[in-house]
Amino acid sequence: MIPAAFDYVRVESADAAIAQLAEYGDDAKLLAGGMSLLPLMKLRLATPSVLVDVGRVSELSYVRDAGDHVAIGALTRHRDIETNDVLARECGVLRAVAAQVGDNQVRHRGTIGGSVAHGDPASDLPAALLALDATFVAQGPGGTREIAASEFFQGFLETALAPDELLREIRVPKTGANGFAFEKFNRRAQDFATVGVVAARTGDGTHVGLINMGSTPLRATAVERALAQGASPSDAAAHAADGTAPSADLNASVEYREHLARVLVCRALEAL
Amino acid sequence: MNVGVTVNGAAQQHDVEPRTLLVHYLREACALTGTKVGCDTSSCGACTVLVDGESVKSCTMLAAQADGMSVTTIEGLAVGDAMHPVQQAFHEHHGLQCGYCTAGMVMAVVSLLEEIPDPSEHDVRIGIEGNLCRCTGYHNIVESVLAAAEEMRAQVR
Repeated sequence: MIPAAFDYVRVESADAAIAQLAEYGDDAKLLAGGMSLLPLMKLRLATPSVLVDVGRVSELSYVRDAGDHVAIGALTRHRDIETNDVLARECGVLRAVAAQVGDNQVRHRGTIGGSVAHGDPASDLPAALLALDATFVAQGPGGTREIAASEFFQGFLETALAPDELLREIRVPKTGANGFAFEKFNRRAQDFATVGVVAARTGDGTHVGLINMGSTPLRATAVERALAQGASPSDAAAHAADGTAPSADLNASVEYREHLARVLVCRALEAL
Repeated sequence: MNVGVTVNGAAQQHDVEPRTLLVHYLREACALTGTKVGCDTSSCGACTVLVDGESVKSCTMLAAQADGMSVTTIEGLAVGDAMHPVQQAFHEHHGLQCGYCTAGMVMAVVSLLEEIPDPSEHDVRIGIEGNLCRCTGYHNIVESVLAAAEEMRAQVR
């Protein structure tokens, strides 16, 4: 499978990427690691006429301790997240989730920012970042703005990023030594999760993120509320599918996904 | 566009379309057909090569993204007639059946052992999850990887 023809531009800085987006508008797509975009282009489900390759914008590849949060450059690769020492200390859950994205080859290329900007509800990191109340920093022609994770994921592969914006940084509140659990259920190694659950203890209670339970990554708000009211893990997990709208596909029916959500949330809460 | 890649230590320069995938650049422009196209959907790992020392699936990377970088394919592992320890171990432990996945499997393992020189069997099984053997010959592949790891550690000592 060969992508449709496009023009290719490589940029070395975030500013240069913004300038290219301003010039080409909706016809351009940013290319980071390409682990999500290139498969779509090979299937010709995406046919951008210009690819702006930001893969070598090294200024956006970093993990920094920023006081109350960890700041992660959007072009930080999954491998660098899964092996990062700052995250081991301050946000182990993110390391654990990144370590199960795809396979080694995918983690060598794929970036956290690319995963977030793609906005796939079946991806692991967006749901983890939603559960952690992360903040996303977008850069556009007029400067930068912060977007809360709860406002960011708007629909299937749709985010709050404007066509002329670049995701620069992901800010993740520290969870320190708090407990966390990641339950990913799939039928074959390296597959996307049929359903996945990220649970983390934070300063304001236990947060639970759901993977592949709707058109966007979701929070299991009914579970979180039940836990806050003192429910046991199994009682709280009974609410895991409340308010979700999973789709049916070759891997699972709606009912099976709802069942998986309840089982996996229960396992995650019991492991905390 | 002109894409220059150092492949197995030799400079390659080819005028290709921007949409050219790295695997096609290697097989068609460089005439290095050891790297296989399997699923073509970044699932099977048959097309695995090293880019700047790390395993990647060359069906899901543009040649343009590798411009100026160093790529190692299965043809670049042996030194003269001496096979790389991973190749040697696959040979001795019969880590292949039909052989179609082998080039990609070997390249993935070279990268894996760079990151985990002393892997457990579990590390190996997880570490090669991006490479599918349709013959389901994993048992001997895992044996081969563990033997290669031991041999490479012995060579370092």
